[in-house]
Formats: sequence, structure tokens, C-alpha cells
Amino acid sequence: MKAGAKFVLGAAVIVGSVSYLMATGIKQTGQYFLTPSELSQKIATDPTFYDVGMKVGAHVVPGSVTRDVASQTLQFRITDGSATYPVVYHGLPPDTFNDSVEVVVEGRLQPDGVIRATDVLAKCGSRYEAVPKA
Amino acid sequence: MTLLGGLALWVACLLGLWGALTGLLGASRGRADLIASSRHAVFALCGTLLAAVVALEVALFRHDFNVEYVAAYTSRNLPTFYTWSALYAGQKGSLLFWATVLSLFAAIAQVVTAPRHRVYLPYVGAITCLVVTFFVSVMLFGGANPFERLAYTPLDGRGLNPQLQNPGMVFHPPMLYLGYISITIPFAFAMAALLSRRLDVDWLVAIRKWTLLSWLFLSVGICLGMWWAYVELGWGGYWAWDPVENASFLPWLTMTAFLHSVMIQEKRGMLKKWNLLLIIGSWLLSIFGTFLTRSGVIASVHSFTQSNVGYFFLGFLAIAGTLSFWVYARRLPALTAESTLESIVSREASFLFNNLLLVGIAFSILFGTLYPILSELVTGTKVTIGPPAFNLVNIPLGLALLLLTGIGPLIAWRRSSLPNLRRQFAAPITSGVMVLLVLLIAGMRDPYPIVAISLGAFVLGTVVQEFVRGVSARHRQYSEGWWLAFGRLIARNRRRYGGYIVHVGIVVLFVAFAGMAFKTETQATLRPGESATLKSPYGWTYTFTHLGISQYDALNRQVTAATVEVSREGRRIGVLTTEKRQHVDSRGQATFQPSTEVGIKSDLREDLYIVLAGVVNGTEQAVYRFTINPLVWWVWYGGLIVALGGLVVMWPGGGAPAVRRAQAGYAVKLVANDAG
Repeated sequence: MKAGAKFVLGAAVIVGSVSYLMATGIKQTGQYFLTPSELSQKIATDPTFYDVGMKVGAHVVPGSVTRDVASQTLQFRITDGSATYPVVYHGLPPDTFNDSVEVVVEGRLQPDGVIRATDVLAKCGSRYEAVPKA
Repeated sequence: MTLLGGLALWVACLLGLWGALTGLLGASRGRADLIASSRHAVFALCGTLLAAVVALEVALFRHDFNVEYVAAYTSRNLPTFYTWSALYAGQKGSLLFWATVLSLFAAIAQVVTAPRHRVYLPYVGAITCLVVTFFVSVMLFGGANPFERLAYTPLDGRGLNPQLQNPGMVFHPPMLYLGYISITIPFAFAMAALLSRRLDVDWLVAIRKWTLLSWLFLSVGICLGMWWAYVELGWGGYWAWDPVENASFLPWLTMTAFLHSVMIQEKRGMLKKWNLLLIIGSWLLSIFGTFLTRSGVIASVHSFTQSNVGYFFLGFLAIAGTLSFWVYARRLPALTAESTLESIVSREASFLFNNLLLVGIAFSILFGTLYPILSELVTGTKVTIGPPAFNLVNIPLGLALLLLTGIGPLIAWRRSSLPNLRRQFAAPITSGVMVLLVLLIAGMRDPYPIVAISLGAFVLGTVVQEFVRGVSARHRQYSEGWWLAFGRLIARNRRRYGGYIVHVGIVVLFVAFAGMAFKTETQATLRPGESATLKSPYGWTYTFTHLGISQYDALNRQVTAATVEVSREGRRIGVLTTEKRQHVDSRGQATFQPSTEVGIKSDLREDLYIVLAGVVNGTEQAVYRFTINPLVWWVWYGGLIVALGGLVVMWPGGGAPAVRRAQAGYAVKLVANDAG
């Protein structure tokens, strides 16, 4: 076998394993990224969609946040204007979390209609700029 | 001053166009007068943009809050250090910073390029002028003019985001920018080589220092970014596969690939097409990175101001990419290899595999980063992939790369004989296997960390063997003392031995990454006097006792500090403080959301990482997260070693390189003959 052919074989192994690993990674950890209305549509057409890991991006409903520092429980509602979901989260919210930000909630929708969050990311439209003065 | 600054931008725009036009025309028609004019335009461009930077800095220091940029990113009570760095805290300022530094690099390239490479300079000047003009026109026409004035003058500015008020953040962005920006110079030389049809090895020699420079800046910038994320963001790690982190990592990977593959072209005249692709690709990735950070197309913790500036970059990316690949495609017939791969067991082959792995990693990261967009385009639903997927792909690929780091230097160019292989591999493999046994006996059972650390020992074995052989050859041949021989060995073969130092740094980094597999953490709500315990991966039990809360005002913030006494196995080892900070403006009103100041206690083995999550209203009861991160310091030390190695390779001066290389080559050959 010539050196060139051996190299092509080795290259094929590398390219193959990169693709294989990528496919596996996406299959195992890929998560739907939905808005609340997309989520309610999904649920309407596919009732098995409860308890599936996903991310929901939406605005926090102003005034809906209740925090219990001692038990580290955070409850709030998220909305995109047409659909609204309550969220329960145990853990530390990011510094930038408050009731006027856009959030990405990672978690599972429970049959009772509550999203149990495993992670909450606050996403300011302009994270590195000051909050506009009221 | 802002009038001057604004004017400077317009002048720069015109100068850039003039420099590009005269450079291209002068070079293609052979008109010396036009070429000279283009060269002058490059210098004038640099001077004009420097004047604009001075104008913006003056506005910042004078607290001229009528200027929108000054009001948006500084305030009267902002420490001077951060007022200075507010130049690149916002998008508009970073664009100016970028354009200015690029023009400075362009001017330096015109001055320092060796006489025998001057033929490329008119094209290089023209291309750098074009890129600078693009950046300046984004400022002028993309609504990103840093000198824009407000209709009124606020009493105070909004101040700088507290998360950016950290020394790491003062140096991290400019380092990354310098890395991104300096790739433009090698890119310009590559295009110059293509346009002027001078595609011999000369252009590679001309850009050697530049590619190293941008690689070094990128490395340091990425490490500083990790450090900042670790000490400032408080989530307990330093790398999260965030789109913006990925964007900075991509050109680093392709540049690393280039630094290796370029040696094959220099020595054997192979891979000409590939090397050009790597340079063009790295540059496009650097622009792509800017697009990603500035457009907000992908959700990221780095979501900067979302504006249409991103689409300027997308357009620029499309046009520049099309043009470069068109020129590249037209020159393909002139880019045939001068030799072929002789054996799969050769330095060339190991570099080729190293390149494939690096580019494969880069491709998978690019694909993963863009996957939300791609999946939405194809299926209509956005699917995101998280850090576990990136780890799944990149840990095995990274380990394969680490293996090659050890193998490459041991194999000869062209082909290696079996006895030679045996002689080269014996010691490194022994050291790797010994470490593997030690780890297994010590009870470690996690496959990835075991493999990473054993491979690290193998690579270290390779490097040590190379140094030992080189030093003893000098010792014998020139009767130099051991230390003198060691110093001269490095000084006379900077590229080779500096490269080995970088490899040592990479090993240290891999060991540090392996350490993170053993991270442990716990959360606790504590009243004063209560404590929480956490077992470290080394088997020690740490006890964290909450001492109390104190509240006080500092320069530009109200601080809530919580103090924790730490003891290991019952013995007190120190006190750690973690803070919540509410930044305020000069009238005492709150600005920004509160930020967290992490308490960290580090040693070589592990970091204790303490975050104050909150205080129960009106009491001294505090919520903490305690994390033990093993081997984090190794990341910073590894980064330092990498940077040191890069500096060794780059260090200027010393006799004619060809002579030095020949000498070193002889020395090594003599030893090889002696031993063989």
C-alpha cells in the first residue's frame, strides 16, 4: 500500500470519527429551543411532549417573580405575548435575573403545566450596557 | 475634540480608499509613483486613526457626557483604569480600536518587512487599507460613530458594567482583538502572493513572525478570557462552549494547524494549497467571530448590543470570502506540490494528521455553534446543543491530538526506520506507561483523565528527551557547560525548542482540564456559626463556617460581604470573603443589576471557590455555593508556559537563521550517527 493511500485511509478514519461524534453529540444532548407559543402548539399536537428536556426563550412577566432565598426557590411566569407558562426553579439565579429581562429556561414541562427548570439564563438585550433609567 | 475625531474618520475613509486603489493599480501596472503614494497613504491612515483614538480618550477623561459613547460607558466615579479601557468597552469604541490597531499593524508591516519581500508590500498595503476602510465605514455608515453627540448633556454617565470592572477584562478583549486583527497581515501577504503570482516559499517567510504574533495574542486573549470568566462570572468554571468563546477558539485552531503545516511547505514544498486555505480561512473566521459577537444571531452570554452592525460584517464576510476564494481558485494550477508523501511513518504524515484533527475540531465547533440556526433552517425548529455535546466530540479528538504532539517530534522527516523508531520512542513510552500505572495504583478509574495525564507524561517524555539529546550534543561537541549548552540550544533553535516549550504548556493545560472532571460542589443556607462540609477529590473534608455578614459603601458600589472560615480536616486554613455588589452612580442611585464577587483560595492542587448567592432578608442568614475545582492553577500556568514558548519562537535577532539551522542540524545528525 502506498503512503498516499495509507494517509487517505487515516484521514477517512479521522473525518469519520469527527462526524460520528458530532452526530452522537447532537442526538444525545440536542434540545429544542422554543418560544412559549411554539411549546403550546407542540403540546397540542403531540401530548407526549411533556417531560422532554428543552429550552424556552421568553420574557419574564413583570411582577410575577417570587423568591424564597432560604430554600433557594424561584417562581415566575414567562411569556411571549400569546402563551404564558409558570416556572419553578431550585438554585441560584444569575446576577442579571430580574422581572424585566429575557430569559432562557432550561427544563421540562410537567403534566400540570409548570416548567421545572434545571437552569435559568438571563439574557439582557445588551448585557454589557447599563439598564436604561426609568 | 469630537469634531476632530469625526473628521478623522472621514479622512481615514478617503485615505483608505486611496491607498487601496493606488496600491492595486501601482502593483499591477508597475508604477513606482502610485506604489509610493499608497505606502504614504498607509502611514497617513495610521496617523489619522491614532488622532481619532486620542480624541475619544480625551472625551472620556474629560467626562464629556454630551458624547453618547462617553455617557454610555463611563461615569464620574469610575476608576481611572477603567475609564481608559472604556475605549473598547462598547461596540463603537471597539470598532475604532480595531481599525486603528489594524492601520498600525499595516504601517509596521510596511516598515519592518525585509527588502527581499518588498515586492508584496503594495498589495499588502492595498488589502490592509481595504479592511481598515471597511471598519471605518461601519462606524460612519452603520450608525456606530463613537463621536456622536446627544441632544442634551446628562449630569453623569451610566457607568461601566461591573462585570467589566475587572483587571482581566481590561486586557482580555484587546488581546483577543490584537489576535484577530493581526491575522489580517498574513492574509494580506497570502493575497499579495496570489495576486503577484509569487507563490514560492518567500511569502511564508515574510509572514512567519506575524502568524506567530496573532497566534500568541489569541492564546493569551483566550486564557485571560477564561480567567475573567472564572473569577468574575461566578459559575465555577472557565469554559462553557459559549458561541463567543468558540468564535475566538476557531481561528486559534486553524492558526495552530498553519504553524505546523507551514513547516512541511518550507522543508518539502508540499501543502501549498492547504496553507493558503488555512490563512484565508483563519482570517474569515476572525471576521466571522466579530459578526457572531456583534449580531446576536446566536444566543450567548456575550450578547453585546444587538444592532445591524452584524449585517455589515455578514456582507463583508460574503464579499471578502467570495473574492479571496475566486483569486485562490484562479491560481490553483500554479500551486502544485514539489514532492509527495514518502511514508506514513514520517514527520510530514504526523503533521498532516495533526492538521486534520485541528481542522476537524474547528469544523465540529463551528457546526455545533451554528447548529441552532442550521436546524431551524432545515426543520423549522431550533435545536440547541450544549457543553456535553462539545465535550463528547472534543475530548477524544483533543486526546488524539495530544498523542500526536508526543509522536510528531520523534519521527524523522521523509521516513523513519524501525531501529530509529525504537530508539526514539523507548523513553517517552516508558514515562507514559509509568504514570499510567501510578494512576491506576492510586485508584483513579475515570478513563478520560487517566488517558489525558498518561499521554501528557508521554509528550513530556518526548520533550525532555529532545532537550537532553540536544544539550548533551552541544556539551560534547563544543565542550559547553550544561547550562550554557541548554541556553544556547534554545537560543540557536528558537523555533524548534520554543515549540517544545509550547508543547509543555499544552500538556499542563490538558492535565488541568482533566482535573475539572473531579469538580465537586454543594449549596447551603447558613446562619452565623453554622457550617457546611464538602469532601475534596483528594479525600480531605473541608468545613465552611459562616461567620457573618457586613455591609458597607465603597467607591462606586454598596457591598454586602459574607465571611467564611475554612478548615481542612478540622484544622483552620483561612478566611474567605465573597460579596454581592450593587453599583451606584455619583448620586447614589443603583445602576446595573447586583454582581457577585467570588471568594477563591487556590493552591496547586485545588481551588476553593465560594459564591454568596443571597442573604435572607433582614437576617444574617446567607445562601452559599461552595465548589472545589481541582488543578485550576494549572490552566493559568499552562497558559503562561504556552505564551513563554511563543515568545521564545518569536524572539528577534541572532545570526543568519539558515546558518544556525544548518549547525543545529549537523549537531543532531552527528549524535544520531554516534548512537546509531
